[in-house]
Amino acid sequence: MIPLSWYLIFAAGLFSIGLFGVLARKNAIAILMGIELMLNAVNINLVAFWRYREPAGIAGQVFAVIVFAVAAAEVAVALALFISVYRRRNTIAADQIDLMKW
Amino acid sequence: MVTSIQILFIIIAGITLGCALMVVTSRNLVHSALWLVAALFGVAIVFAILQAGFLAVVQVVIYIGAIAVLIIFAIMLTRRIAQDIGPRFNENWAWALAVALVAFVALGWMLASQPVAHTPLVPLDTRVDPVVLLGAALVSKYMLPFELASVLLLAALIGAIVVAWEKK
Repeated sequence: MIPLSWYLIFAAGLFSIGLFGVLARKNAIAILMGIELMLNAVNINLVAFWRYREPAGIAGQVFAVIVFAVAAAEVAVALALFISVYRRRNTIAADQIDLMKW
Repeated sequence: MVTSIQILFIIIAGITLGCALMVVTSRNLVHSALWLVAALFGVAIVFAILQAGFLAVVQVVIYIGAIAVLIIFAIMLTRRIAQDIGPRFNENWAWALAVALVAFVALGWMLASQPVAHTPLVPLDTRVDPVVLLGAALVSKYMLPFELASVLLLAALIGAIVVAWEKK
């Protein structure tokens, strides 16, 4: 049997790696990949808690499915934004997209 | 006593975390995206170990089949900077590393020290299929969030087209 804490620590590690990617990377698409890793860590926690705490009620899995949908929507909009920005400014380095900074 | 399933979990978790590290550190964005595919596959295997078969399949179909491919498309469309000429991290990367380490230690300690973390694993009730349960829940108790998710997807679809539209 795998203890629940192993899943939690694994998810915390995945989340922190994603957090580092979001905070440290320059390229906007790389930042987006960090966000994907963080969302996956959240999903692991949801499913692990479902399996260990409440296998009869299915709420954890439902929540994970909703997170999937939100992640898909987020990626679609974000990549459209990046392509639009790239077309206008010829860059998607996050520190050079400073149009709204004064 | 370390059982075979525990060894399997440690190997899968180690590979997944290694792939995730490569995602955030590799210089070439295409390589990053391919490492992301590997990491997402590792997460799918973790779902399978947790006996969430439907989610494991959905993870492969949606994350690897749709999201990762979309990301690779976007990298190709912004190809000129895909090689990431110049530094791949911004000047605050040391702070980011510190924040990530603190987050890991705090999250890991906080979650693993709770009494909840020592819940024993109860075998699943074999009379009810979790997939049937999930399907029924999505159209009864959780119908409103489910419908809201579909509205959100539609809005994202239209929004993405509008944003990426090239005005002549």
